[in-house]
Amino acid sequence: MWPYAIRRVLGAIPTLLIIIALTFFMMHIAPGGPFDAQRHLPPEIEHNVRAAYHLDEPVWEQFWFYLRNLMHGDLGPSYKNHDFTVTQLIEVGLPVSARLGISAIILAIALGITLGTVAALNQNKGTDYGVMGLAMIGITIPTFVTAPVLALIFGIYGLHFFGYDFFLPAGGWNEGALANMVLPVTVLALPQIAIISRLVRGSMVEVLRSNYVRTARAKGLPNHIVIFRHALRAALLPVVSYLGPAIAGLLTGSLIVETIFGIPGIGRYFVEGAINRDYTLVMGVVICYAAFVILLNLLADILYALLDPRVRFA
Amino acid sequence: MSAPGITTRNTETIERALDIEGRSLWTDARRRLVKNRAALTSIIMLTVIALVAIFAPFVWPYGYADIDYANIACAPGWWPGANVPCYAGGYHIFGMDQNGRDLFVRVLYGARVSLSVGVVATLVSLLIGVTYGAVAGFVGGRLDELMMRFVDVLYSLPFIFFVIVLMVVFNQNFFLLFVAIGAVEWLTMARIVRGQTLSIKQKEFIEAARAAGVGPLANIRHHVIPNVLGPVVVYVTLTIPTVILSESFLSFLGLGVQEPLTSLGVLIADGKDHMETAPWMLIFPAVFMAVTLFCFNFIGDGLRDALDPKDR
Repeated sequence: MWPYAIRRVLGAIPTLLIIIALTFFMMHIAPGGPFDAQRHLPPEIEHNVRAAYHLDEPVWEQFWFYLRNLMHGDLGPSYKNHDFTVTQLIEVGLPVSARLGISAIILAIALGITLGTVAALNQNKGTDYGVMGLAMIGITIPTFVTAPVLALIFGIYGLHFFGYDFFLPAGGWNEGALANMVLPVTVLALPQIAIISRLVRGSMVEVLRSNYVRTARAKGLPNHIVIFRHALRAALLPVVSYLGPAIAGLLTGSLIVETIFGIPGIGRYFVEGAINRDYTLVMGVVICYAAFVILLNLLADILYALLDPRVRFA
Repeated sequence: MSAPGITTRNTETIERALDIEGRSLWTDARRRLVKNRAALTSIIMLTVIALVAIFAPFVWPYGYADIDYANIACAPGWWPGANVPCYAGGYHIFGMDQNGRDLFVRVLYGARVSLSVGVVATLVSLLIGVTYGAVAGFVGGRLDELMMRFVDVLYSLPFIFFVIVLMVVFNQNFFLLFVAIGAVEWLTMARIVRGQTLSIKQKEFIEAARAAGVGPLANIRHHVIPNVLGPVVVYVTLTIPTVILSESFLSFLGLGVQEPLTSLGVLIADGKDHMETAPWMLIFPAVFMAVTLFCFNFIGDGLRDALDPKDR
């Protein structure tokens, strides 16, 4: 396993380099620059500002400059968030996004696998249709609908039981207080629960029909052992390969959840940075995302091989 | 060309004589799809939605940009507890939006835009993905490795950043929105097609075609692509809803369709801002979109079951 992992990590270096180059040149091809504004700066000042950020040099020179700094772990200054370096912005925002993302993914895995298994065990019965119908709703309703609606219901109208009023904060981070995390985590987890339960149901239905499960039943193993030890293990394979990129996406935050609930994560930087031509900030978050994707795909592949004895590390 | 003609006629006579019905993969799949109640209902509903979206605006008395200043954001007449129903100047069954435009006709226009973005962007992704995947799988070797490595690289780029940059580079153009989304969604298609091509490449009929002197491009076009269509069709029906969601997300960010034209995503984004005072502005577009996506997903699932060789 270890030689395989090391080879994969080494193989990721050229991939990352290509991603860095692609992102860098795509950003610079886009018309406009970080210091364009409605009100034009005097030419001398604009010249000085551009010189300070090396923007007056040829794009190739800028690229080398960026790469050299990157090798020293320096992601450069943010062009729009003055007085902050990109590293500082990510250091502050990533833990927030990651905390929400990890909570959402844990919730999604637990609920998704349970619901999917229950649906598969009751294939074509009421429970199955109910769970799959709910999952379909989870997939088809976008987060920018669920987020404001849940905020309105639980944050503003509140729940009223037996004369008590329950309110959840409709926004804000409050240093990651549990109450503030409930709504954003729910919104993030809903579509994931839906997707995971559909995946689990699909593969579980197939696995339950396979010969080795029939053998396990035939030799008299109790039902829970057949399901949990034999069937579920194989049924989780598609989930494992789905989770790699999905976790990377959740860790790096969601623009919609972060803007609607006012959470200081890094999800919004992808869009803000691209629209503002904040070159370094976009590069920083894209590198961060790509590194997560590569790493989590590697982990997914390793986990895949551990779950499925037919897969060998090649 | 005469020999196959004769054999076809012969088989036809035999079939007629024996009353045998030909069962190709596709007729089989169609029969099973029609038997699937959820999929059939979805097909009918989707057809109705599409027809209404295309034709109803022609006969509807209000245009999508007609503003009625007297009735800004007022409730539909049948809304429970609506004190000032919008009877002024006619009957607005979905109520009015924040600028006093008839919401029903705007939802229809939004559905038109969303559906056409969904279909066209998916076709773009189909074109790129199938060509790319078939070539990579068919040629194999170093080229395959290189091409699939490139797909891996693009996979690790965040989708949204990609589309935003494309939109910014090419200005916000309605047609480029199609292309931009399609240009991002082809990756999975390419992987599926490549995998299928790899297994089909081993089959005898490909070798026979090659032995008969069919060039690689003609071979891909006539022999490989028709045989990978099954999984591709399934993936297409599942891509359309994804694309509609992506478009609505872009519109939500203000990067999609521009006013006064609209899409379901724009309507939902507007509705979200007014959901406390005018909930119909959120409910109708959201339900319309959810139903559309529901239909596509059910059709996709139905097709997958219908085309699954294991279930035969």
